[in-house]
Amino acid sequence: MIPQTHLIEVTYIIAVVLFILSLKWLSSPATARHGVWAGEAGMLLAIIGTLLYNGIVDYKWIAIALVLGAIIGVPLGNVQMTAVPQRTALSHAFGALCVTLVGTAEYYLRTPNVPPFVMSVLSLEVILGGLTFTGSLMAAGKLQEMLPQRPITYKGQNFVNLGMLGIAIALAVMLVRNPGNTHLYPIMVSISLIFGIMMIVPIGGADMPTVISLLNSYAGLSAAAMGFVLNSKLLIVAGSLDGASGFILSVNMSKAMNRSFTNVLFGAFGQVQTAVAGAVEQRNVRSATPEEAAAILSAANKVVIVPGYGMAVAQAQHKVRELYDALTKRGIDVKFGIHPVAGRMPGHMNVLLAEADIPYDKLLDMDEINGELPQTDVALVIGANDVTNPAARTDPSSPIYGMPILDVDKARTVMVIKRSMSPGFAGIDNPLYYLDNTLMLFGDAKQFVNSIVRELTGGGGGH
Amino acid sequence: MVTNDLFNSLYVFILAAFIGFEVIRKVSPLLHTPLMSLTNALDAIAVVGAIILAGERKSTLALVLGTIAIVAATSNIVGGFIITDRMLKMFKSSRTQKP
Repeated sequence: MIPQTHLIEVTYIIAVVLFILSLKWLSSPATARHGVWAGEAGMLLAIIGTLLYNGIVDYKWIAIALVLGAIIGVPLGNVQMTAVPQRTALSHAFGALCVTLVGTAEYYLRTPNVPPFVMSVLSLEVILGGLTFTGSLMAAGKLQEMLPQRPITYKGQNFVNLGMLGIAIALAVMLVRNPGNTHLYPIMVSISLIFGIMMIVPIGGADMPTVISLLNSYAGLSAAAMGFVLNSKLLIVAGSLDGASGFILSVNMSKAMNRSFTNVLFGAFGQVQTAVAGAVEQRNVRSATPEEAAAILSAANKVVIVPGYGMAVAQAQHKVRELYDALTKRGIDVKFGIHPVAGRMPGHMNVLLAEADIPYDKLLDMDEINGELPQTDVALVIGANDVTNPAARTDPSSPIYGMPILDVDKARTVMVIKRSMSPGFAGIDNPLYYLDNTLMLFGDAKQFVNSIVRELTGGGGGH
Repeated sequence: MVTNDLFNSLYVFILAAFIGFEVIRKVSPLLHTPLMSLTNALDAIAVVGAIILAGERKSTLALVLGTIAIVAATSNIVGGFIITDRMLKMFKSSRTQKP
């Protein structure tokens, strides 16, 4: 008996080491794929170790479930790169579902003999798990555009949400004092499930990077709580690694938007903007044709391309790659400036541009590229808006004042590809478009870039 | 006995959180999307709890919930590792890209 449990523990310890190495190797693109292999090996080892456990009386359902999970997992691993944000949200939901179900089963197996500490972490596990499950499903629905992406706000929203969370916590306290109160348990879980939905209702698309990171952190913390309940060190380690990762990303995203967590979750960004958008006045805008844009680009020595969510929506990344090739062939230095919250999740733009075969050493983050923008001849903005808005630096009355931005206005010429002059997702007017050195390129991102590429590669030599 | 377990678990949690912060802080923003999908796959190690639950078969409820939990976690493991590897394969530097 004893050697067998020891053997299982040894597989778990090796798995923990492999998990930590996995994340360590992810720090550089050169070693990152070793990280995936280490993670896979650790996972396989831990699962085999668990299957050796002699308390298992029936393997049938385990086998069926493992096969079924793999069948669902393969298509989820092979979604298009543009669908990665919603896939990620969905996987947070699945992770949280697993944790909530295991917690629930443990509660009903152990009640009424649940020590106060175990009941506390178990409540934490299922409350966090429950709200992460429905919240992530909502986020995935919004990202997939099955649900309206606009933030939905109503009077007293924060009061309702905080009230619900308060009730769930109060029920948890009652269960800790008397774990035999089995009728309270389903109410607590239901409230946390409803809270997850209500929490995401007021969240708009531009806040998704922060929210996905936050849900990532919750999923990790609930798994760590499950580790406390089951007294499993392996789960505690994996859960806290995931929790730490989600937390770091959330902090990064909030900093990049100059907002606090509470502001993202309870801020109702949408209400401020409508007032500001109403105050827009008519001002002069200069626009240019693809031919003119191509002429300016070919006269440049240094070009910085700034992509945003609009590039992803237009699926323009492959055309952008052609533009990159055409310019590079002429000896022009082309780099990409990527804002931390560009897109719908952390690192979204990098993945799309890497998919289009743009070398990663050309993808620079905000701090690096801002040092180069004053020496840049042309900054080409494709489908990004708020992250280039100079009002964030200069206008204290702007709702995004203080947010770190890409200083594209410091380039000699700024070109912005945009469908129309309508304000962007956040509904905030962008003074960048009225600057003397700005040229607006009106049209669909993919088509416009395509026209520029055709000009550059000799399609329109007549001009 | 129970309090002993609790304190052991807390030690593990705190140390793992510190390791997590130190290791993950070094991940370049370039790879933040693969980071999220990889940590998500690793987090699905919760499957071991679900396997024991379904395998011990202490009650019908435990079997049913455990089985669903295994499905959910396994789909994260399989899908998470596949997509992370697919993403990382795409990241090439301008030196290695030429051939």
